[in-house]
Amino acid sequence: MSIMQLNGGSVVAMVGKDCVGIATDMRLGNQALGISSEFQRVFPLTDRIYYGLPGLATDVATLRERFRYRVNMYTIKEEREIEPETFAHLVSSTLYEHRFGPYFVEPVIAGLSKTPSGGLKPFIAATDLIGCLNFAKDFVVAGTASEKLFGVAEGLWEPDLEPEDLFETISQTLMNAVDRDAYSGWGCTVHILTKDQVITRTLKARMD
Amino acid sequence: MECSFALTGKDYVIVAADTTAARSIVKMKIDEDKIKELSPHLLMAYSGEPGDTVNFAEYIERNIRLHHIRHLVPLSPSASAAWIRRALAQSLRSRNPYSVNLLLGGYDTAEDKPKLFWIDYLGTLSEVPFAAHGYGSYFALSLFDRYHNPEGTVEEGLATLKRCIDQVSKRLVVAPGKYKVKIVDKDGVREVEI
Repeated sequence: MSIMQLNGGSVVAMVGKDCVGIATDMRLGNQALGISSEFQRVFPLTDRIYYGLPGLATDVATLRERFRYRVNMYTIKEEREIEPETFAHLVSSTLYEHRFGPYFVEPVIAGLSKTPSGGLKPFIAATDLIGCLNFAKDFVVAGTASEKLFGVAEGLWEPDLEPEDLFETISQTLMNAVDRDAYSGWGCTVHILTKDQVITRTLKARMD
Repeated sequence: MECSFALTGKDYVIVAADTTAARSIVKMKIDEDKIKELSPHLLMAYSGEPGDTVNFAEYIERNIRLHHIRHLVPLSPSASAAWIRRALAQSLRSRNPYSVNLLLGGYDTAEDKPKLFWIDYLGTLSEVPFAAHGYGSYFALSLFDRYHNPEGTVEEGLATLKRCIDQVSKRLVVAPGKYKVKIVDKDGVREVEI
């Protein structure tokens, strides 16, 4: 039994055309026993950044508190909102601070970053449990269903998806991946970030 | 072995815990109360390593009480849950962590809603409509899935709880004999016989 698989749960993020999506399942378990089907592991950070923390549930809560504190301090000191790239590095350094006694989570970050011309550019990133960053141009996956997510996402994702098409792609990717994983599933939440709104939808899933 | 159950209803939370204090294979006591009344509208059932449990429960009880005295208002159930979770999460990465599992049931007088939290020794916190700890959870959670009614009356809630206890007594080899059952609602905490 690995501590990374104790509670179960998976997160996937994808890039679209001027939008990004981040989706997660809602299971909280204790090994094979399901405890809750309403567990949240994707959180909003600013209006333009969402992040997910699949892994050990106690560290999900602890890191959420830590990130909120560190980002609030950043916002006060800098007098501006944090950019997704900066936040990704903040996540990385927070995790690497605990290199030899890590938090058992693999964060996924999705956001829209400002370009010098004033536009918005989709951004996604993921790290491992000690903060090794992975900037991807297409999609990132993490959690107990990550192998399955890689397979389905590789098959379904294509460049320049519009928000509604991205929603369909990311939802199908997640739902089909978690149905093959005993430790993930029990409902899904999908967030699509566009330049003027965030679309959040809850999906019904298999309950077995 | 130790078992604790809890479920919410329309405007109440029922918390039940077995009353045995065991050490290894020996029952030391059969009328131990393992549900603490943390504040006028908050109950906490605790189980886990003997010694750790009472020590941790008393630490929590006194600190919640201290907060009540200092601020003249009791800490809300969700705030209490967050504070208790933090205490366990910090303890987990300390030299000797507490090995205590909790069910926190309370009535939020500000929101007028019953609240139930499932907390384990790692500091995992989850708000749930029903919960269980111990070997009994493998039987009880399936029964709750089938019979739990979030809008149910106290009688209906107690009937569902009775089903769990009966099933555990019937099927679990190491089933506990007696349970203590407490209910928290807008009028506060009361104990019921089952």
